[in-house]
Parts: sequence; C-alpha cells; structure tokens
Amino acid sequence: MSTHQLRFTLNGQSQEVSVPAHRRLIDVIREDLGLTGTKEGCSVGVCGACTVIVDGNTQSACIMPAILVDGCAITTIEGLSPEGGPLTPLQDAFIRHGGFQCGICTPGQIMAATALLSEIPHPTELQVKQYMMGNLCRCTGYYKIVESILAAAETPGPVPIPEGAAGLAGPAQRIAGGQRNA
Amino acid sequence: MREFDYHPAKSAAEALDLLGRYGDDAHFLAGGTSLMLMMQQGLVQPGHVVGLRDVQELRGIRPLPNGGLEIGAMTTHRQVELAPATAAYSPTLSENFSRIATVRIRNQATIGGNLVHADPAQDPPPMLLALDAEAVVSGSGGQRTIPLDGFFEDFFQTAVQEGELLTAIRFPKQPDGVRTTYVKFLPRTEDDYATVSVAAALKLDSAGRCEHIRVALGSAAPVPLRVHKVENALQGQQLTTALIDDVAPSVRDEVDPISDVRGSANYKREMARVWVGRALKALLEQANGK
Repeated sequence: MSTHQLRFTLNGQSQEVSVPAHRRLIDVIREDLGLTGTKEGCSVGVCGACTVIVDGNTQSACIMPAILVDGCAITTIEGLSPEGGPLTPLQDAFIRHGGFQCGICTPGQIMAATALLSEIPHPTELQVKQYMMGNLCRCTGYYKIVESILAAAETPGPVPIPEGAAGLAGPAQRIAGGQRNA
Repeated sequence: MREFDYHPAKSAAEALDLLGRYGDDAHFLAGGTSLMLMMQQGLVQPGHVVGLRDVQELRGIRPLPNGGLEIGAMTTHRQVELAPATAAYSPTLSENFSRIATVRIRNQATIGGNLVHADPAQDPPPMLLALDAEAVVSGSGGQRTIPLDGFFEDFFQTAVQEGELLTAIRFPKQPDGVRTTYVKFLPRTEDDYATVSVAAALKLDSAGRCEHIRVALGSAAPVPLRVHKVENALQGQQLTTALIDDVAPSVRDEVDPISDVRGSANYKREMARVWVGRALKALLEQANGK
C-alpha cells in the first residue's frame, strides 16, 4: 500500500496531508481535516450530500479518490462565507425561503447551487431542476429549494446574517479546521 | 477495499510501461466513478492502480480535417457535453452526453472510462455506435483502431486486450444531411439507467428512400448493440410510418435483455420495439419537414 503526500487548497488555505492511496476525499475532509459540513449520504455518488467544488466543478467526495485532488482547489460549505457572515445570497435565500427541512442535504444542495449560479447566473426553473437533479432531499422539499435558488439568482451580493439567526444557533458554530486531527 | 499501490503516470507511454510491469494485477484509473465502486464492492481488486489524470495527451476534443471528430479518452462527460466542437460535429452527441447521470458525475467520469467499463446500460455507447465511432487503442505493438461495432464483446468485456490503453474515440464525418436522435425510456427517475435506450441516424435520398441508417440500443442485451437486421430491412426502402411499424417488431429477436427492477426481459423486448419505432418516426418526421 503506497502513501502519498498531497498538497491542495481547502477553502483558500494550503493543506498538506499524507494519505494511503485508497483514501476517499470525503474522509480527508471530514476525518483528517475536521470539516464536517460535508455530509456522507449514499456513499455511491448518487445522493449529492457530499457535493464539494473541485477546481470549479462539483464532485462527489464519497467516490473521489483523494489522490486525484493533488494540486487542486477545493471548496466546501465552510468556505462560502467568512466566520460570522455575511452569507452568500444562496445561504440567505435558503434561510428566507425555507430551502431545507432536516438539513442533512443542505450543504450539498448549496454547493451544487453555488456551482450552478457561477455557470448560469440567471437560470430558468427548468435549468435549476436539471442541474440540481443529482442532489436528493429525502424530506422532498424540492419546491422550496428551487424557489431559494431562483431568489438567490436575483440577489446581487453578500447578505448580512439575518437578525436573530445568531441568537438561535450561536454565532457561526463551526468546527475549526484541524480540530479533530489534534 | 483491498489496499493498493498508486502509480501516477505522466504520459501514455509511461502508463503502458507501468501496466506491462504489473500485468493483470494492475488497473487504470480514469475518473474513478466506476472503479471506486467496484473496488469498494470487491468486484475489482487490483494491487496496483495506474493513474491517468496527468496524461495530458489523453485529453481534449479535436475536429479532424476530414470533417470528423476525435475525443481524448480522459475527456470528462461534461467537457464533451459543453464543448462547441462537439455541437458543431453533432448536436445530438452533445445532448446524449447531457443525459448521462448528473452534472456531478459528468464532471468526474470520462468517455474512455465509460467505454472500457462496458456497462450495457450507459448512454454514450449506443450514440457512438449510431455515429460509426471507433476506439483508438495503444499497446506495445503500436496503435490500432477498433470499430465500436465489435468493441463490446460481452457484459463488461471489450476488445481492448491486456497491455493495451484506450487513448481516444474517433468519429468519421457524417453524411451531409443525416439526422440523428437519442431517446431513453425512464419510467422511474431522470438520473436512472434506461429501461431501454435507442440512438438512430437516418438520411433519405431525394426519392425518400433510406440511404444511410443506423439503429443502436442500450440496456437491451449484454452489450450495447447495433441492430443490423432492422437496418438492413430498411436500407434502400421507401421509408414510411407503415414500414417502420412492419420492421420494428423484428428488433425483439435481435435484443437479449435481462429481467431486473426496470422490467422483465419480455417487457424490455416490447419497449425496444416501441422506442425503435418512436426514434425512427421522429427522424422521418424531421426529414419530411414536419
């Protein structure tokens, strides 16, 4: 079994990790680097919960061998807005339009939608549905997800964290990168 | 998953050297969408994996001077789908690639990986068969080409031999005025494998006779297949909806589907008849300017 020294950027920060050849990207992100915003659902590339953006393209971190991201730029849900906000128009729209119910698919939905809006800034409803087909929501809240994405497409820039949201969840309750590795 | 040694290759020659060194204990890694799952399930257990990610000569979409098109084996489905060169060659080819799985899978999976995987339910093979594509393969003995009609030998088996690497897919210039279509029957969800899929190409002469016809099916047999009996029965004939209805039932004897969650073998035979008929009628309508 060979091990490999990988260098890549994760949410803009340089990372260097040593991994066995068969390690999956999702395990590097969640276990080795401690960013648990990316979820594992089906583990076979179908459900989209583990969607991350690699060099501008959405990928399934659950079936992506980590050795294939050496030298790449990876963005996860933690990398979309700085600690404490402001939120991206998509994150804000998902809150305002009820774009999630249980929330487990939400990081993947938002990563896929982020890639969609960078490719097609003002998509039609049909384009949204076609692009988002690979991100399943088992609460089946699809109408609100589509509504959120269409609303975000009409919002020009970053949005402050909504009043009261910080009080509910506490300000930016994130697991700092590397914490689980320590 | 069995642990393995990973060897990233920088060139096709180095990839072939590595394959030669480790023999049948080695496997190429393209996008990884199929190989990762098969390794996780223990269906493929290589001790050595040769990475093709950095082999630049295997990437890219190139129009050929003769009006054809060449696509490097490591080109992702999404790149094929979006490239202006693909649409310039055949808008139906772009559409065919836009129908594969989901955007995320299309970003990772490659055209070459798809073909050597040889799953009969995949979208590209019937389309490539209908467009008379051929596979370009390199080995220690040099380069050879394999027509796609003959490339798929059995379930997950291709004509690519041990020690060989699929480097590109080559498409000939299509006859002027040819019309093409790709349809798939998806009774469950849009990202499912098709119950049956049909790709077809048609050109009528000035008298309305079939001058050029290709009909190929996916999910209908152990391999993606061209249905030559259907083609031969229509070649040179005055094409009408009545003739299509007469000939389409013969496809039932040419396909060899399995019963699974997407339908019984008999049901799929009937659906092959129905969807071959629909594909050809759609092309006939286009040709008649309706």
